[in-house]
Amino acid sequence: MLIRRATDILPSEITPHSVYLNRRQFMLGSAGLLLPVASIAALPASKSGYSTAEKPNSRQDITSYNNYYEFGTGKDEPAIHAGRLKTRPWTVAVGGEAGKPHSFSIEELLKFPLEERIYRLRCVEGWSMVIPWVGFPLASLLKQVDPTSRAKYVAFETALRPGEMPGVARRVLDWPYREGLRIDEAMHPLTILAVGLYGEALPGQNGAPVRLVVPWKYGFKSIKSISRITLLEKQPPTSWNMAAPSEYGFYSNVNPAVDHPRWSQASERRIGEFLKRKTLPFNGYADQVAGLYRGMDLVKNF
Amino acid sequence: MRPTLLSNPSTATVGRIKALLFVLCLLPLAISLWQALGGQAVNPVETLTRDSGSWALNLLLAGLAVTPLRRLGAPGWLLRLRRMLGLYAFFYASVHLLIYLWLDQLFDWPAIVHDIIKRPFITVGMAAFALLLPLAITSTDGWLRRLKRRWGQLHRLVYLLAVLAVIHYLWLVKRDLTEPLLYAAVLGLLLGLRLWWRLRPTMGPRVQ
Repeated sequence: MLIRRATDILPSEITPHSVYLNRRQFMLGSAGLLLPVASIAALPASKSGYSTAEKPNSRQDITSYNNYYEFGTGKDEPAIHAGRLKTRPWTVAVGGEAGKPHSFSIEELLKFPLEERIYRLRCVEGWSMVIPWVGFPLASLLKQVDPTSRAKYVAFETALRPGEMPGVARRVLDWPYREGLRIDEAMHPLTILAVGLYGEALPGQNGAPVRLVVPWKYGFKSIKSISRITLLEKQPPTSWNMAAPSEYGFYSNVNPAVDHPRWSQASERRIGEFLKRKTLPFNGYADQVAGLYRGMDLVKNF
Repeated sequence: MRPTLLSNPSTATVGRIKALLFVLCLLPLAISLWQALGGQAVNPVETLTRDSGSWALNLLLAGLAVTPLRRLGAPGWLLRLRRMLGLYAFFYASVHLLIYLWLDQLFDWPAIVHDIIKRPFITVGMAAFALLLPLAITSTDGWLRRLKRRWGQLHRLVYLLAVLAVIHYLWLVKRDLTEPLLYAAVLGLLLGLRLWWRLRPTMGPRVQ
């Protein structure tokens, strides 16, 4: 009598009983090895006094209604295409008027103490949202490279990846996307580099893996997917200003008293609300930032 | 031309085609409302504004395409759809305007007047609507009879208002001009053909 079957199963093929009992955790763990770490990692972040108490927009709203022309000019296009952007490895080269220029890897950036910053975001187009960012003050990063006394401005550049960014095939803007701040604006505690949204890694359409957030300026100043930060003595050129100098100034502070040449900036539609609300000077952050512009003509310096 | 069903349909068939067109022309509004009110649109007011404006333009251009298509050999019953296309263009333009007056400006009339004076794209948009209004009012058979030759002269305003409508779109776009330029190209073609046929009457095929 030949009973061979039983011996075909090697002891090494038998699932240990403990693994069998914890099979759900085992599956989760294996899945984690296959997925990019960033997509499942929760970002530990502390609360911040700079956050607004207003109700944040839904994750769905924040991640499906975006202006990110590198992935198309439609609001729905970034959510469709931005997944193509490879965010690992990623470095942000910080240099220029710096005593200790340094290229920060994304891993180094994620080691900065992270805070949740719930900020209002006001788009120059007349809509707004409340967004729970996760990030750290830009000042913390800039201090590490030791800006020289000649560092009066900070220039930012978005990565340019024609193979991953279908929108750059057309010269809607002069790529790469560029933005800039005055050094005191850059060092202001409200100005952050965001690496997360709703406690998780930043989605591509929101500017993964690292973006600027300057809540008192129109949204286009908050440049996405930053690859380079340069300290400068002179004011740097900025993308929207180069495209239409009469419509988008270097400062672009939210200002209900200064209209866009083609539409009013006096009010805005908060996403999720039916009727428009009044736009606040400096997007409601006047108490913290109005002092930066004391004595300046904000109509001329729009 | 061969007398086929589509070149010489019965009155009843044309009636059915018109009924179909009537329903088809309502679809864009239905889809837009469904997206806006059903939660698919993140910015519902923007969706409704943009869609109603686009369809006002689409239907305006469709109406303007009837005459050139006829001259290029399309069957004559097409002409009997033109009034409905024009009236639907007016309908969508009215929805577009109402959203602006109500959801954008909250019927704040001084602000609206200020907006019309100050913003060129609003100015030309309003002008286009103001020109479209008398055409919609005089679209009935009664007015056609009453105005006689004047009716045709009056309704040539559609050329001007279509140009204004496209300029309205061109001037409101933030940066990417692709779509408004596409509309400008189609309108240029439709008006250019008319001009070509008018200047060289012997060259074009005659309408029977």
